[in-house]
Amino acid sequence: MRMYRILLLLILANTALLASDKIVVSLSGKYPSIKQAIASAQSGDTILVKGGTYYEHNIVVDKSLTIIGEPKAIIDAQEKGFIFEVIVDSVSIIGLTLNNVGLSYTKDFAAIHTRRVSGFLFEKNTFNNPFFAFHIERSKYGTIRQNTINGNAVLEHNSGNGIHLWHSSNIEVVQNQVYQMRDGIYFEFVNNSKVIGNDSRRNLRYGLHFMFSNDDEYRENHFEDNGAGVAVMFSKKILMEKNVFKLNWGTASYGLLLKEIYDADIFGNEFVQNTIGVNADGCTRVVLENNNFINNGWAIKFLGACYDNRLAQNNFMHNAFDVAYYGNINGNSFDNNYWSEYTGYDLDKDNIGDVPFRPVKLFSYVVNQTPETIVLLRSLFVDLINFSEKITPVFTPDNLKDNRPLMHPVK
Amino acid sequence: MIKIRKLQKKFGHLTVFDDVDLTIDRHGMFTILGPNGSGKTTLIKSILGMVIPDGGSIQMNDNNIAGGWSYRNEISYMPQVARFPQNLRVVELIDMIKNFRQGATNDAALISTFGLQPFLDKKMGNLSGGTAQKVNIVLTFMFDSPLIILDEPTTGLDPVALLQFKKLIVEEKNKGKTILISTHIMSFVEEMADGIVFLLDGNIYFEGTVEQIKDQTGQENLESAIASILQ
Amino acid sequence: MLKILRYSFYDLMRGKWSYVYSLFYLLLGYTFLFLNNDLSKAIITFLNIIIVLTPLIGTIFGVMYYYNARDFTELLLAQPIRRTSIFLGQYLGVSLSLSLCLVLGLGIPFVIYGLFQSAEIFNFVSLLLTGTMLTFIFVALAYNIALSFEDKIKGFGFAILVWLFFAIIYDGLFLLSMVVFGDYPLDKFALGASIFNPIDLARILILLKLDISALLGYTGAIFQKFFGTNLGMLAAITILSAWVVLPVMRIIYKSNKQDF
Repeated sequence: MRMYRILLLLILANTALLASDKIVVSLSGKYPSIKQAIASAQSGDTILVKGGTYYEHNIVVDKSLTIIGEPKAIIDAQEKGFIFEVIVDSVSIIGLTLNNVGLSYTKDFAAIHTRRVSGFLFEKNTFNNPFFAFHIERSKYGTIRQNTINGNAVLEHNSGNGIHLWHSSNIEVVQNQVYQMRDGIYFEFVNNSKVIGNDSRRNLRYGLHFMFSNDDEYRENHFEDNGAGVAVMFSKKILMEKNVFKLNWGTASYGLLLKEIYDADIFGNEFVQNTIGVNADGCTRVVLENNNFINNGWAIKFLGACYDNRLAQNNFMHNAFDVAYYGNINGNSFDNNYWSEYTGYDLDKDNIGDVPFRPVKLFSYVVNQTPETIVLLRSLFVDLINFSEKITPVFTPDNLKDNRPLMHPVK
Repeated sequence: MIKIRKLQKKFGHLTVFDDVDLTIDRHGMFTILGPNGSGKTTLIKSILGMVIPDGGSIQMNDNNIAGGWSYRNEISYMPQVARFPQNLRVVELIDMIKNFRQGATNDAALISTFGLQPFLDKKMGNLSGGTAQKVNIVLTFMFDSPLIILDEPTTGLDPVALLQFKKLIVEEKNKGKTILISTHIMSFVEEMADGIVFLLDGNIYFEGTVEQIKDQTGQENLESAIASILQ
Repeated sequence: MLKILRYSFYDLMRGKWSYVYSLFYLLLGYTFLFLNNDLSKAIITFLNIIIVLTPLIGTIFGVMYYYNARDFTELLLAQPIRRTSIFLGQYLGVSLSLSLCLVLGLGIPFVIYGLFQSAEIFNFVSLLLTGTMLTFIFVALAYNIALSFEDKIKGFGFAILVWLFFAIIYDGLFLLSMVVFGDYPLDKFALGASIFNPIDLARILILLKLDISALLGYTGAIFQKFFGTNLGMLAAITILSAWVVLPVMRIIYKSNKQDF
């Protein structure tokens, strides 16, 4: 239904394009500024911006226009404020380069700001030094696609987010590249939306920051080298599929933070070389299947209040610790995963190890109690205490085990 | 040649030397005698620098030997028990020692004298005690050193080898060398020695010739002379 | 000294134990790589083996060679050779032959399994370097022990004890004291304590390359700050070198005082 609506919109926009006038903005022409062009345009018109640098800010788009930038069409706000303020439905902004949005400690200045609109399309724009690139407020049925956002955030308190959505729904964020902002993609109270194929790197805080947002899905995104990884918090019914969480290092850093999450499905993701692959704090009925956890410090860490979560068919490979776990078993299950540390045998050759695997090591408890002891990782003494704990578990929950560990990785 | 002054050495509580003075400045063969544990080997090893004295000095050709090593070019030493690296072949051992020292060698002649040709490719570990001792002799005498030190050299030698060995010593003596020997075989001493050093209780009890010690003790032969001292 | 070194080296390389030692690594390398074609995983497994085994073998071989070569040593002492040359030559001969066994034994299987095409080559080389360093350190310690004990059995016993101490007991005490004093800031203590054990230091150096994410996650920050920079790396190598140089200096000192 949603797709249908968007399709319809696109068709409508196209017919409008055919029927409408085309207004050309160029430095030497009749309309040397975008503001002037908008002032004389009708709803449904197309404004074509020729190459050149236009020093403008606070451009209010109050007509349903399609604004298309030719190559090297640059709008520079000279750090004086926002660039586009979109206040009507069905606005498209395509192919522009938007530079130098003003920094403010009181206002969330953005290169493109929408408020209470629907049916927008923002595509193939490039943002340099934006405070916020997109600020989507109380809007719906929009698409943000193939934009490139290059921030230069250094400190969290005076930097903004790449794609910032607030109280919105039915938005698609597709194939954007977001580099070095505060949060790459930010969702707060955003429902029924999709985040697909984006590339979010080197952001100060989170590659994706996700709060109070339900029934969303994000797929095939790449999150790498972000300050604290990806945070998904206080949300229900999220689908996370085929994303890559990579190289999120640091004292308080993880591939994916799950906090107060209900009924999420996490399928086929890659967690590679993160301090903590998945940090689960208050998760209920979350299913993790077919994920790869490779070379993480901790593949997955269960803090308190986790109930009835299910981990199956995942590959745990060469992590310093596969699982850290605190508290009772609470209906959480580990079943039929591949663990590279597994040393059991498979006499009946059914690819399922004949002895259960205990993914929690004693040393993991010691490290939790006294973090500095991590310096003894992989020392012979630590191997010895882990081994003795494996033989006769004293500290680790007796029933925390994978009864059907796989002998070979899941393909 | 060798001047030892106020030599002191203790092994733990056991005093081996208490102000030993000894001068050997002539050519000829000198024997070091003494009961077991009187320090014969220790004296030899002190001269070689293998045992470090607690006090006093040892001079060789007027140079203090303490901490030195090049003076050992002037010394050929034959240890008491022939213990060599077991997995070396005889020829390798001879080559190796040649490799460590400068100077001409006459190992070929010595090898034929002691009939060692058949053993040259054998490993040291597979030789009999006597054969090993012959190798030991070759290693010692193949260099032309002015001072030769022999620690119980006759152990394990068959009569034929012993005879050749004595001949060898006489030859070396006639070349004008100084030979220092510790031994228990009194007949050997009586026959060969130009001088005797008798060690007792951490000091030199007697120093002189075989005749002198016989006269002093009024005994007919050296063996009884020594025995009477020890009684 | 080079003559003695060469002699000791060839002597050991011809002995059956160096074959056994190389073959052991060779088999180990093949087995692990055969079972699991993943070079980086094999490197982590070998880290565990190398930091325990090279010190053990270094200690045992060092002590054994000293006592076995005693006759040879006495023979040399009567020759016009500096004492220092004799003992340093032997020490270097033992260390080099053991290192060669390690490098060849592990190197051959890794090269065959495509090390040169792999990004792991740098990690592998630093692993071998660390193993070599540990060999030099523990052979030096072994020579010190052997020089101090006339009695072979006592020497062996003490050497094994020293290995046990550095490989296990030290870490046990280290862990225990950190758990007991967990309420105090410990990172400086942890840094200090790991410097005084060459096995720990070697392990952390390799870990910082391999398991970096886990170490960074917690208290690793100070380690990363210390060892992660070139200066820190230099400091670590200096400390490891000090672990070689100081025992070697004692070998020189002790051997010049010793009676034979």
